[in-house]
Amino acid sequence: MSVVAAVPQVKAQAAPRNLGDQILRVVLRAAALTLVLLVAAMVAAMLHAAWPAIRAFGFRFLVSSTWDPVAEQFGAIPFIYGTLLSSLLALLIAVPLGIGAAIYLAELAPAWIRPPVAFLVELVAAVPSVIYGLWGIFVLAPFLRVWVQPFLGKTLGFLPLFQGPPYGVGMLAAGIILAIMIVPYITAVSREVLLAVPTAQREAALALGATRWETTRIAVLRYGRSGLVGAVLLGLGRALGETMAVTMVIGNRPEVAISLFAPGYTMASVIANEFAEATSDLYLAALIEIGLLLFVVTVVVNALARLLVWSVGGPVKAVRE
Amino acid sequence: MKTAWITALSLVVMIAFTQPAAAQTLINGAGATFPYPIYSKWFDEYIKIDPEVRFNYQSIGSGGGIKQITARTVDFGASDGPMTDEQLKAAPAELFHIPTVLGSVVATYNLPNSPKLKFTGDVLADIFLGKITKWNDPKITALNAGVSLPDEPIVVVHRSDGSGTTYIFVDFLSKISSEWDKKVGRGTSVNWPVGLGGKGNEGVSGQVKNQPGALGYVELAYAVKNHLPVASVKNAAGKFVEPSIASTTAAAAGAAKNMPEDFRVSLTNPPGDDAYPIASFTWLLVYKDQPNEVKGRALVKFLWWMSHEGQKFADDLLYAPLPSQVVKQIEAKIKQITYQGKPLLAGR
Repeated sequence: MSVVAAVPQVKAQAAPRNLGDQILRVVLRAAALTLVLLVAAMVAAMLHAAWPAIRAFGFRFLVSSTWDPVAEQFGAIPFIYGTLLSSLLALLIAVPLGIGAAIYLAELAPAWIRPPVAFLVELVAAVPSVIYGLWGIFVLAPFLRVWVQPFLGKTLGFLPLFQGPPYGVGMLAAGIILAIMIVPYITAVSREVLLAVPTAQREAALALGATRWETTRIAVLRYGRSGLVGAVLLGLGRALGETMAVTMVIGNRPEVAISLFAPGYTMASVIANEFAEATSDLYLAALIEIGLLLFVVTVVVNALARLLVWSVGGPVKAVRE
Repeated sequence: MKTAWITALSLVVMIAFTQPAAAQTLINGAGATFPYPIYSKWFDEYIKIDPEVRFNYQSIGSGGGIKQITARTVDFGASDGPMTDEQLKAAPAELFHIPTVLGSVVATYNLPNSPKLKFTGDVLADIFLGKITKWNDPKITALNAGVSLPDEPIVVVHRSDGSGTTYIFVDFLSKISSEWDKKVGRGTSVNWPVGLGGKGNEGVSGQVKNQPGALGYVELAYAVKNHLPVASVKNAAGKFVEPSIASTTAAAAGAAKNMPEDFRVSLTNPPGDDAYPIASFTWLLVYKDQPNEVKGRALVKFLWWMSHEGQKFADDLLYAPLPSQVVKQIEAKIKQITYQGKPLLAGR
């Protein structure tokens, strides 16, 4: 995840003659290799621990929606669905909000406003997720149940997305909580990216007669595109893996429901909920296989997001001075 | 210079002499979270009884406790549910279940004016199966004459995390309702036919409080501390009993007559007029033949203390103490614990 892509790259140098350089090279190579090995070791360990479930259920694990610890029948579909849908909802809300706020802070806001707001945004990013969860149960869920869900049901109730009894807790609450949690990340990183765009870019656009919006769109956003994608991916990464806050508001029901009012479940939540009391080997293996799938889903989603950017705007080039 | 040497020398001497006094016996345990508050109270109090022994208890959950004692990575395990026959077979040696205290599970709800409600196991099972969906269902109103129940849907709330509390509750439902037994069964997590999942007692009670018409289940201790409305439940003798510490202890007293020798017994729906029917022991798991003489001796002494003097701490922490009949049975069990075949508690 290259968050800051706007860093000038120095071409890798041919084998250095100096002994110190050689040592440095070996040490740094070892550090890089360790990271790769760590990931490989994690995958290997999870594969090994999940093996009983992989052998017992095979491909069925990926298509079944039954999760019955008593009968030892396990399927991952409701959890994969819940993780993807809640993260997608979160991005739908958080990306316009986060990048919008970043543009304001970097381009438009009066100078005296910028430091306190930027500081507040970073402060919000440091709030532990269990706090968001508690706030979600006691404030957000009742608010959704009493005000938002009846309103959505009345106005947009013809869409299957907004049908069913309003519980407050459910997929919608999870998406909103996640959005609130990732907005500060997206805002903080996007702001840094936008601030790194050289002033010459803006001056050139303005000199050509561009309006403020055109300048921002063509000269600033386009220039910082890869950094902005990095900001969004950072938020997405947090959304996919977030456990505590989501568990507290999503309703924890392993079901694939179209309605956003219905309770759902995510991969991280089911592991956190059931791991401690999972006594049978197969049950434990099934939970670890969920963990493995979460890992795979995270990698695939990140890869897809990068592909999307490439296909839309050509390869993302590292910016060179 | 000389003084420095003397200081250094005296330091060495001091360290050398304090060493034996500091050689405490450290006993490691792991397992259930539900009894953690009373266990930590016991371990703390026990230092006054035997300053040489220190306990280190990790409340990682019953599943983890069973795993760790089976792998012999701890000196004792703790579990809210008895080990299954397969689990006992998988252990390297014979394991004893020693009951420590009792807990019970109560139904709590969110209705206008929090009326006192009565349920039977059948009605609870039908609600949690999704067959009874409204508060004014004739099956509920028949039990609660004089209470006006709204024409509102029942929003079922259950635990989402694997838990001994869930095990006790569904164990009771399985005993009463054959349909529940067939469709859902018993376990620390089950495939709930309906309802929302809340994490922990606080998650369930939070959702019940916020959702008009909600019905959930929590531990008795949690309900008492937070003044939640709780329902009376019909017991095996046909009486409606309010959940309390006394009625929970009565459940174990009712079961004492037919107590199996290994204490692996479900206390739900026990005989006895005063017995609250959704109750359970929580157990410590120890090896019959202790691998280490010093630790084993300390452990049996603690078990004896815990089942006698230790019980007086239960009330304050809202656990139900063991009834005296069961303590007698536990005494016999503790005397069977050995080191290399020799009983560790012969003197009593």
